[in-house]
Amino acid sequence: MDKTLYTVTVYSENQVGLLNQISIIFTRRRLNIESLSVSASAIEGVHKFTITTWSDLDTMIKVVKQIEKKIDVLKAFYYTDDEIVYQEVALYKVATDKLLDDSSIEELVRRHNARILEVNRTYTVIEKSGHPEETQQLFEELSKYGVMQFVRSGRVAITKSTVEHVSIFLEEQEGRRNNGESR
Amino acid sequence: MAKEKISGSEALIRSLLAENVKTIYGYPGGAIMPVFDCLYDYKDRIRHILVRHEQGATHAAQGHARVSGEVGVVLVTSGPAATNIITGVTDAMIDSTPLVVITGQVSSSLLGTDAFQETDVVGITQPVTKWSYQIRHADDIAGAVARAFYIARTGRPGPVVLDLAKDAQQGMTEFEYKECNYIRSYIPYPEINDEEIKKAAELINAAQKPFLLLGQGVVLSHAEQELMEMVEKADIPVGCTLLGLSAMPTDHPLNKGMLGMHGNVGPNIKTNECDVLIAVGMRFDDRVTGDLNTYARQAKVIHFDIDASEFDKNVKTEVSVLGDAKATLSSLIPLLEKKKHTAWIESFAVCEEKEYDKVISKELFPADGPIQMGEVVRKVSEATANKAILVTDVGQNQMFGARYFKFTQTRSIVTSGGLGTMGFGLPAAIGAKIGAPERTVCLFVGDGGLQMTIEELGVIMQYGVDVKIILLNNNFLGMVRQWQQLFFHERYSETPMLNPDFVALAASYGIKGRDVERREQLDDAIAEMLSHKGAYLLNVAVEEKGMVFPMTPAGSCVTNIMLNVNEKY
Repeated sequence: MDKTLYTVTVYSENQVGLLNQISIIFTRRRLNIESLSVSASAIEGVHKFTITTWSDLDTMIKVVKQIEKKIDVLKAFYYTDDEIVYQEVALYKVATDKLLDDSSIEELVRRHNARILEVNRTYTVIEKSGHPEETQQLFEELSKYGVMQFVRSGRVAITKSTVEHVSIFLEEQEGRRNNGESR
Repeated sequence: MAKEKISGSEALIRSLLAENVKTIYGYPGGAIMPVFDCLYDYKDRIRHILVRHEQGATHAAQGHARVSGEVGVVLVTSGPAATNIITGVTDAMIDSTPLVVITGQVSSSLLGTDAFQETDVVGITQPVTKWSYQIRHADDIAGAVARAFYIARTGRPGPVVLDLAKDAQQGMTEFEYKECNYIRSYIPYPEINDEEIKKAAELINAAQKPFLLLGQGVVLSHAEQELMEMVEKADIPVGCTLLGLSAMPTDHPLNKGMLGMHGNVGPNIKTNECDVLIAVGMRFDDRVTGDLNTYARQAKVIHFDIDASEFDKNVKTEVSVLGDAKATLSSLIPLLEKKKHTAWIESFAVCEEKEYDKVISKELFPADGPIQMGEVVRKVSEATANKAILVTDVGQNQMFGARYFKFTQTRSIVTSGGLGTMGFGLPAAIGAKIGAPERTVCLFVGDGGLQMTIEELGVIMQYGVDVKIILLNNNFLGMVRQWQQLFFHERYSETPMLNPDFVALAASYGIKGRDVERREQLDDAIAEMLSHKGAYLLNVAVEEKGMVFPMTPAGSCVTNIMLNVNEKY
């Protein structure tokens, strides 16, 4: 079956062990997690996971439903790249003397919209944010200077949708609490 | 006024009392000793059943929960005890049985140090529980227990594990118990979507050949009456899953029997003839569906379930109705038209007659030869006026039990469906009897499975648990032997068994028993067993090469049914 790179976003309570609960759902179906980023979301007390994985649509739907079933998960979604604005950050550590020997460094930094974060006699740290192809492109161009270290963050993403599903969900749940749901 | 301070252990016991727990199945050990010490003071309010192996505690709690509808409670220590509960917890997860399992844990300061009897219980149990949580402070106990019971019993029920550090048991806390009825991230009873109900009603009303699959969800949501009202109003024949079996009386004219690999011919054949297939509280397990590519492709499928992740998981649906079955069926019934599908329902008779002629009559009324397993089951069932609780182990005893035991009331079958756990039967029967003391509990078990948890005979002895154990003894691992005969060229690899004298073994536990070798002894032995006050072991020497038929081979089409070794339907 055709596989697409999906971005899964998960909103959860901030609890110990949630990452394991989510990752075992991928493991069970042998889905490799390509990238992962976890941090506090804009909503206080709510954590956000952004996970990318190659999958077919059918599997993706099932995986997201099984993630959402976990008690401490508030909401889970899956997106294709055209439904989100996404970004990654990359850092490159390059030998300073090699850079100084080359006159095209300014042009390179400008063209890639990169930044220089740190310079010392030994190395220079360059930062670039962008899509993986873009950060990869800079890596390749820097390679002629010899890249000592190259790291890429996990993806972060924001939906293009105009509806904020998580906020709506939390409001609805607040309503349930006030109605004193019991069984 | 300052609140009274009590120990974490006492907070745990008082929390259990607040949840109306009357029975705990457990086994003491180092990391849970403070709780057991406290239990000593509460003996008059909580009954503790000392099992002989922690796996037995979980299965007993499952049996208790399944017959009573209560949450089964298990209390064990850390390390090996915690790993011994995994089978029962996994079984409860896949069969949606509400359990709260409390495991002791080493003191917080020792966590992560490979301390004596330390194991990562939360890490191990996360994949097989509805929720798993470690308690490190006495102050957290009441809240965690409240949450555990709420999660275990609501929505689609399941097992919860609480891993209780020893210092939390010993620490002091101001106890205040508040029942949990809300968790922000958890919606146990989703709101019913009227549009989906309407769509379901339209499809059912337009159906010429509707067929309903009844699963355990009907029992779990107490929707037996609603289901009956629905199928009687719309005149819909019903096939039951293994766990759904007793939700509808066996002899109800619309109950067409069991689905699946060893189910009745009619329900399987008609699955691929119906025009609308209505699934209620079932999950299209592969033992029910066989090959999905050939399963009910002609039918429009309506799926009622409380778990959204079940929709379209195995079978694609036309309409999926999310919600508690009692609520969704109640909303559906007024929209259904009164119908008669006489010709369609009568068409099941062809399948029934052939199955009776080729399979059932031979199993129930053999003229001579060794005792058949099916005839033992039916005789026991009838001798209880079909009012007993059936508990089975796994294998041929389970399939014969399910096929030939008859049910007249709900919550009358306790069996390991999804996980297929050999050794489930004996401890589950103990829990079933304790959970429903007024009912007769009949366990059908094979010689293999009985020996997997036979240590629990000690529980029967110690607490005088009145369980009727019917051992269908063929000195073989019968179901595996059957597959070896059918699919592995009769190479009986490691299936014959040299067995002990089971009646003598039972006698050593003070349990009365009797060997039955000939058909003429059977009725009298069954009568003796049922009239005996207390546990009884009936060791029945059955046909060594008995086979469960009909059989749809694994992974093949539901209509590809073997009636015997040589003949297909």
